[in-house]
Amino acid sequence: MTSVDLSAVLPEVVLALYAMAALLLAVYTGKDRMSGFITWVTVAVLVAIAAWIGLAPHEDLNAFGGMIQADAFTRFAKVTVLLGAASVLAIGYGWMQRQNINRFEYPVLVALSVIGMMVMVSAGDLMTLYMGLELQSLALYVLASLRRDSVVSTEAGLKYFVLGSLSSGILLYGASLVYGFAGTTSFSGILSTIEGGHVTVGVLFGLVFILVGLGFKVSAVPFHMWTPDVYEGSPTPVTAFFATAPKVAAIALIARVTNDAFGGARADWTQVIAALSVLSMFLGAVAGIAQRDLKRLMAYSSISHMGFALVGLAAGTAVGVQAMLIYMAIYVTMNVGTFAFILSMERDGKAVSDIPSLHLYARAEPLKALAMLVLLFSLAGLPPMLGFFAKFAVLKAAVDAQMGWLAVLGVIASVIGAFYYLRIVYYMYFGQEGAVLTTRMTAPQWLMLVGSAVVMVLGVVNLFGIEGAATAAAEVLVR
Amino acid sequence: MTVFAFAFYLFAISAVVAALMVVVARNPVHSVLWLILTFLSASGLFVLMGAEFVAMLLMIVYVGAVAVLFLFVVMMLDVDFAQLKGEMARYMPLGLLIGVVILMQIAFVVGAWQPSEAAAGLRVAVTPEGLSNTEALGHLIYDRYIVLFQLAGLVLLVAMIGAIVLTLRHRKDIKRQNVLAQMWRDPAKALELHDVKPGQGL
Amino acid sequence: MEKVILFAPLVGALIGGFGWRMIGEKGAQVVTTALLFLACALSWNVFLTFDGQTQHIQLLDWIQSGTFQTDWSIRLDRLTAIMLIVVTSVSALVHLYSWGYMAHDDNWAHGEHYKARFFAYLSFFTFAMLMLVTADNLGQMFFGWEGVGVASYLLIGFYYRKPSANAAAIKAFVVNRVGDFGFLLGIFGLYYLTDSIRMDDVFAAAPDLAKTNLTFLWTDWNAANLLAFLLFVGAMGKSAQLFLHTWLPDAMEGPTPVSALIHAATMVTAGVFLVCRMSPLFEYAPETKTFILYIGGATAFFAATVGLVQNDIKRVIAYSTCSQLGYMFVAAGSGIYGAAMFHLFTHAFFKAMLFLGAGSVIHAMHHEQDMRNYGALRKKIPLTFWAMMIGTLAITGVGIPLTEFGFAGFLSKDAVIESAWGSGNGFAFWALVIAAGMTSFYSWRLIFMTFYGEARWGHGHGHDEHAHHDDHDHGHGHGHAHEPHESPATMTIPLGLLAIGSIFAGMIWYGSFFGDHEKMVKFFAMPEHAAVEAAPAADATATPAATTEAAPAAAAPEAHAAPAHGAPQGAIYMSAESEAVLDAAHHAPVWVKVSPFIAMVVGFLLSFLFYIVNPSLPRRLAANQPILYQFLLNKWYFDEVYDAIFVRPAKWLGNLLWKRGDGDVIDGTINGVSMGVIPFFTRLAGRMQSGYLFHYAFAMVIGIAVLLTWMTLSGGAH
Repeated sequence: MTSVDLSAVLPEVVLALYAMAALLLAVYTGKDRMSGFITWVTVAVLVAIAAWIGLAPHEDLNAFGGMIQADAFTRFAKVTVLLGAASVLAIGYGWMQRQNINRFEYPVLVALSVIGMMVMVSAGDLMTLYMGLELQSLALYVLASLRRDSVVSTEAGLKYFVLGSLSSGILLYGASLVYGFAGTTSFSGILSTIEGGHVTVGVLFGLVFILVGLGFKVSAVPFHMWTPDVYEGSPTPVTAFFATAPKVAAIALIARVTNDAFGGARADWTQVIAALSVLSMFLGAVAGIAQRDLKRLMAYSSISHMGFALVGLAAGTAVGVQAMLIYMAIYVTMNVGTFAFILSMERDGKAVSDIPSLHLYARAEPLKALAMLVLLFSLAGLPPMLGFFAKFAVLKAAVDAQMGWLAVLGVIASVIGAFYYLRIVYYMYFGQEGAVLTTRMTAPQWLMLVGSAVVMVLGVVNLFGIEGAATAAAEVLVR
Repeated sequence: MTVFAFAFYLFAISAVVAALMVVVARNPVHSVLWLILTFLSASGLFVLMGAEFVAMLLMIVYVGAVAVLFLFVVMMLDVDFAQLKGEMARYMPLGLLIGVVILMQIAFVVGAWQPSEAAAGLRVAVTPEGLSNTEALGHLIYDRYIVLFQLAGLVLLVAMIGAIVLTLRHRKDIKRQNVLAQMWRDPAKALELHDVKPGQGL
Repeated sequence: MEKVILFAPLVGALIGGFGWRMIGEKGAQVVTTALLFLACALSWNVFLTFDGQTQHIQLLDWIQSGTFQTDWSIRLDRLTAIMLIVVTSVSALVHLYSWGYMAHDDNWAHGEHYKARFFAYLSFFTFAMLMLVTADNLGQMFFGWEGVGVASYLLIGFYYRKPSANAAAIKAFVVNRVGDFGFLLGIFGLYYLTDSIRMDDVFAAAPDLAKTNLTFLWTDWNAANLLAFLLFVGAMGKSAQLFLHTWLPDAMEGPTPVSALIHAATMVTAGVFLVCRMSPLFEYAPETKTFILYIGGATAFFAATVGLVQNDIKRVIAYSTCSQLGYMFVAAGSGIYGAAMFHLFTHAFFKAMLFLGAGSVIHAMHHEQDMRNYGALRKKIPLTFWAMMIGTLAITGVGIPLTEFGFAGFLSKDAVIESAWGSGNGFAFWALVIAAGMTSFYSWRLIFMTFYGEARWGHGHGHDEHAHHDDHDHGHGHGHAHEPHESPATMTIPLGLLAIGSIFAGMIWYGSFFGDHEKMVKFFAMPEHAAVEAAPAADATATPAATTEAAPAAAAPEAHAAPAHGAPQGAIYMSAESEAVLDAAHHAPVWVKVSPFIAMVVGFLLSFLFYIVNPSLPRRLAANQPILYQFLLNKWYFDEVYDAIFVRPAKWLGNLLWKRGDGDVIDGTINGVSMGVIPFFTRLAGRMQSGYLFHYAFAMVIGIAVLLTWMTLSGGAH
């Protein structure tokens, strides 16, 4: 290990040290009474690391014999993950406090999970990939059943755990097939063996298994089945977390593996990913219609959105990857705002998340309803909101890659999916009289809700400049 | 057939069969026992490959600790596996069909297996010359794969935190041992001596 | 100045249409009318000071796409100048007239605002019409062409609560579409062959077109003939020529000022204008010219026959318009564009006046339009009577034969008929002469039934309506509710001004338009001098026949060298053959020159006999000849035939596409998908989401199996 190696993983190391320090501090002092303090410090640390990674000049590194890579793509994904996690922590605290489950382990586990994600997106080796994935997943399993008194919460955690183990096993099997073929687990090594079109069915199987394992993480259909149950059962802040950072990390990992390790088998994996994306887009859109619970709806929404992001990957071009990254950044922003709202929903002092409770909400809270309207329009992909441009970018990438059919299917799915978003808007503005929904918001929640709505509107000007970063990131990957 | 080959097939077949039995055994305790056999067979395979350290680890950690822990848990939880299995039986035909399909394809892949020409060159020699198995592992883990090793440590840390978060509960209505309180307990304060005169209690 | 003329009506329309809430209805009326009078004054200035040289006044670049380059510019030549005064004069007077006519309208409830809209439409129409006549290229002309179509649609359907008005508006629009389609094809064809739609380029290329063949509808055609024909189809639609005339009588559903402005004086003459404007092209299309002759003659005759028996005062004048348009086309078809423009010019005055007069009568009779309920109005509305009388004298062509002294219609109609004779086409000539007789008959019939005889009004017929809005602010209604009353000054002043035009316009400009060759050449700045001079230079011993051939030949090389200069200069172009026709017309025998006058007198006498001497005669004749009477009364059954051939099948097809195609297939699919298929899948997805772990795992495994199979099948090819 050299100092170069260390500098490549320094953010992860710092975060790990912080997590352990926070853990020790809380255990030896006030325990759960410290949760507020630790939450905000964690938010600060995550944001600081994001700023460090995003703003400080970095050179591209290839550390630990290629197991860890630090380049523009990594940085983009890491910053998105870190900021997503920080935002979710910030909006979740008020809820945790109100529900009386503000355990200090929550921010620590989030921080550890974020380390896993950062490792995932910078993986240059199947082993690193697996370690990052497991670190991330294990923390998420625990988080899912954080509210251990609740049957649904523990059930959610258990389901997630069992299915996650299955997917890990599948991924490992795929990795072993690939290793058996290539004799190495490093991405560059694998790439060197399959360059020139020498792709055996064995390697293809390995690829498929790996994609299945990763597809589970991004809840791509048909490996999505855990998503609605886990989203519904988990504590809402955890759901918000599920919907944001891990998705970015997992899809970035897919981009990394497919392009870095299997760049030579592009024709094969693009069609697999295209198939997954079509199924995801449609199932997310179709199944979401029947939902009566916002959290469950957001599960289907995220399935559908991941389908769209996968369209960008399926294009198999640098433009496609760039579109996917932009899509994910926008997706995270939209979800943070929407969950900030869901977290504040209350009726008679109890947290609710059913859609009918939103009836005529606009009369009570016009500003928040308007912000929600913007976010929902954006989620549905209506112009001129940012969500439209996100969808447009990935579909355009597909068209440019001679996959017009994929774009057409994407548009159809988008139309179907728009129904359930717009129905919420309809309820909020033209619904029936009924029990009044109250939304007591903490300052961060309000800020995130209104802020992300404003971003959805103003972002159309120049996407806040992330396009250049995404382009640079994509060019690293697709050479 | 050499002894080596014979031993390989023996361990390999017993590993696969035992793994299969883990799944199909009706009695969960039997399942765990089959699992132990699987571990043992695997460690035998490791020995054949010259990785005696890993073999011993497998034996001590998995068989000695993990599997026995499993056994306890299975016995204590008293899950009605029969019912679960009954539910599963409904899907058995379809499941078998799918299983056979996958199996056949994997068999096809194995049959046509052909590693990359470059694979041999890319493969890392596990035991460099002049080093014992254990030393070689140490080199790998603490040097080449240090980052993975540390990550594994973090995974274990998360597992530990998870176990504590999900199971440890501070119940107010039970008495707990407080070691410091015990140690600092002053007999003078804890005890009160009463001089009871004879006949006073009457 | 030309820009002001062009844009003053547009400004008026915009202010009146969108800004009337700020300036009030009165304000809108004042603004639009004032701007129109300004445009009118400037137009007369342009006309009177115009030197005959074609000018191009560039306004802006319009469309630039590849080789398709179009400016927006004003082409100012004699034709434009004539049309400018016709359009702006009539429009200005109609604006003024509408002050009175539209002051009270039973079609609108008390307090509803409609006047500003009406004036805005009128001004918009004027702008579009000016666009049409000032167009320097065919694209611009088409823009104006469609603009007047839209304005016409809006104004015919102005009483949008009346189903009949809506139907008439739609009919006008749809029938015009047929013509417009031909016009468009013509423009496309011209662009295809000449790579330009600029008039100068097209004119310069006309001689070449005459030698080009074009395949259209699987047949080879002479390009000039075909394109001229297509353009003429457009003209037929706009100018309500036979077969595409059915919309014009129905268009009388619009308010009477609209009929005067659009459906008598200006828009319907756009077709004639088009043919005259494109004279350099039509001169190379002899077959098309012959076709125009036949169509024009047939229209003149047909419309006159129908006009004989109509009872609605506006419909009589409408058929008269249709008939007179036929006259103009005959003149154009015989190559005497000057005569066509002359008749257009004079017709604008007397026909606008007849319509406005009819409007005044209708106004006086409280919106009663059936002449059978008129009679003996001479004393009640004397000003209107005299105006109508002058109009009738003008349209029937009263004048002193063999001199240049008479009402406007006398000179222009005779010019047309002489042109027809000059063209040597017997059908056209005799059709026009007979039509002249019938024109006289029905015009006098109108006068006699309206102003003479016994009063057939005042018996409560149609006056119930009037009674119940007496309590409205209905200035003229008080006190003499059942009495016809003279119209206000805003209505009679325009009548007076138009009367002056109807009397003198012919005598003043006869020589320039038709009568005097030298004057005519100067007036229209016609180029044939150059051609005639060029020919002797090329071949000193040129016979007149050789000149004929040399003229296009001389023009052709020039056209290639510099299209703009090669284009015929001046407003209209007459080939040597047309010159010959003109010559023949000038030197027509006396019986030809007198024949329209005789026809007029015969018509007058018959009318006098039928409606003054023996008013029972018409009814007896109708009873005697029921078939003929019904045939004429039903307008030769054109509407019925069209209904059976076009309208019903189209409606049937539309119904089919609507009910089956749109309702069942498209809506059915969408509804089926959104209310059947998608919910089905939603339920399916819901059922799959059973909550059982092994279901979930099972789904994953199935997914893997499918993907693996797929890979085996597709990846095995590697």
